[in-house]
Amino acid sequence: MELGEVVVRATGIEKYFGDHHVLRGVDLEVRKHETVMLVGRSGSGKTTMLRCLNFLEEPTVGVVEIDGVRVEADPLHARSRHHQEQIRQIRLRAGMLFQDFNLFPHMTVLQNCIEAPTHVRRIPKKGAVATAERYLEKVGLIEKREEYPARLSGGQKQRVAIARALCMEPKVLMFDEPTSALDPELVGEVLKTMEELAHEGTTMMVVTHEMSFAREAADRVIFMADGLVVEEGPPEQVLDAPREEATQQFLRRFLRAIPD
Amino acid sequence: MALPTQPGSADLILGEVRRAHRRQRVSFRLQFIATWVVLILGLVAILASGRRGFDLEFVQEWAPFILNGATTTVIVSLVSIVVAVVLAGLGALGRLSTNPILFGVASLYVSLVRGTPLIVQIFFAYLALAEVGIVLPILVAGISALAFNYGAYMTEVFRAGIQAVPRGQREAAQALGMPERFVMRRIVLPQAIRIVVPAIGNEFIAMIKDSALISTIGVTELLWRAQAAGRPQVRIFEALVFAALVYWVLTMIFSFAQGRLEKRMAKGDR
Repeated sequence: MELGEVVVRATGIEKYFGDHHVLRGVDLEVRKHETVMLVGRSGSGKTTMLRCLNFLEEPTVGVVEIDGVRVEADPLHARSRHHQEQIRQIRLRAGMLFQDFNLFPHMTVLQNCIEAPTHVRRIPKKGAVATAERYLEKVGLIEKREEYPARLSGGQKQRVAIARALCMEPKVLMFDEPTSALDPELVGEVLKTMEELAHEGTTMMVVTHEMSFAREAADRVIFMADGLVVEEGPPEQVLDAPREEATQQFLRRFLRAIPD
Repeated sequence: MALPTQPGSADLILGEVRRAHRRQRVSFRLQFIATWVVLILGLVAILASGRRGFDLEFVQEWAPFILNGATTTVIVSLVSIVVAVVLAGLGALGRLSTNPILFGVASLYVSLVRGTPLIVQIFFAYLALAEVGIVLPILVAGISALAFNYGAYMTEVFRAGIQAVPRGQREAAQALGMPERFVMRRIVLPQAIRIVVPAIGNEFIAMIKDSALISTIGVTELLWRAQAAGRPQVRIFEALVFAALVYWVLTMIFSFAQGRLEKRMAKGDR
């Protein structure tokens, strides 16, 4: 699909955990309809980067702009009302998917999907239910609408989480290693759902270790190491003909670890 | 020589094993019940063999009067636990607050109440306050003291319950754009309550017994009535044994109810 305007723009993101300099100045952009995959070794900062984009981690310095809402990192006044409201505006535009799904266990699948739309977006319940049903249909779990999350498999939970995020009609979906907590036989159904979304032009950012998935579904791959973007480009370039030594090393390790 | 394995022999063995297990379970239960019967009969025998025996007639005569106090005991405990739950909820939010004043108030409450005896708090609520002009009706004083005391202990239980809700739950809610208070009210607290329900049940059962302490200021609950009946006729022995039995039965009833409630609330959990 034709790429549109810039939806996500992060500039000069740095993050310290104590003395540990986890992100050392990351810039990135995601355009409308684009699927961008963040890859790199664990500890390279890719998950922290994703969490900085919606301020689940407050960056130490840097600027995040999502769909026209621009928020400057302000760790000194992170709790101030104005800053929190700004962050909330960012979060309303960016859906987030987690490694361990984080469905609300005390609510049914349907309640999970309409909780935020009805109470945060203040959409009338009827409309919210209709939207939720549409997205549950899309992820293939409409028949589970009255179940509690405890009754679902890991793959089903992640698909419900995707539907829940979509119900907020976000401008971009951000995935933090969405299949890492799954049994191997359940990974496929989640990746398939994500691939469909990518094909339909959903704007997505995905932190992943699934290299073959990145090769299949990414428009662009960003390789990170030691808190910096080392290399980025189309998957056939970054993953098959990497220019940087660090990328080559990472991919060699990866291929040795998982003979395919 | 090893026996040739017949088709279906596994079923036979499995049946044998199941029967053996069932026999063991039944035998355990029978021995357990027999032990209780023997011990209780023994206790009764000891009670009855005293110098003047056990005055059953007294118990028959005064049972309605004493049992009337059980109603007071249950009502006082119920009201106190409800108030204590509210106090504990507020206390826990204070203990987790980033606001130094709220944190300070909650911490002082917990520290002060846990650092003084319940019986002192009861006397304080009824007698000491009256001396400085705050005259509380006797029931109000008793219930306030119990509720304040249990609220402080339960504050720590509730705080632990709130902290036991996984961090990811809060993050997922925030990521959906929910404001902080809403996250607490709709996502964290409902899960925390499920975590602390067993603890509330335990506290309630403890409360039934601790409520006996307010007999000291004259609330006419179970213990007070037992003593009132027993003393004039020198039948304190019978009166106390009867009252103890009633407390025991009450705690068993509420333990059973608590078990049922927990099962119902487990629905939907993980």
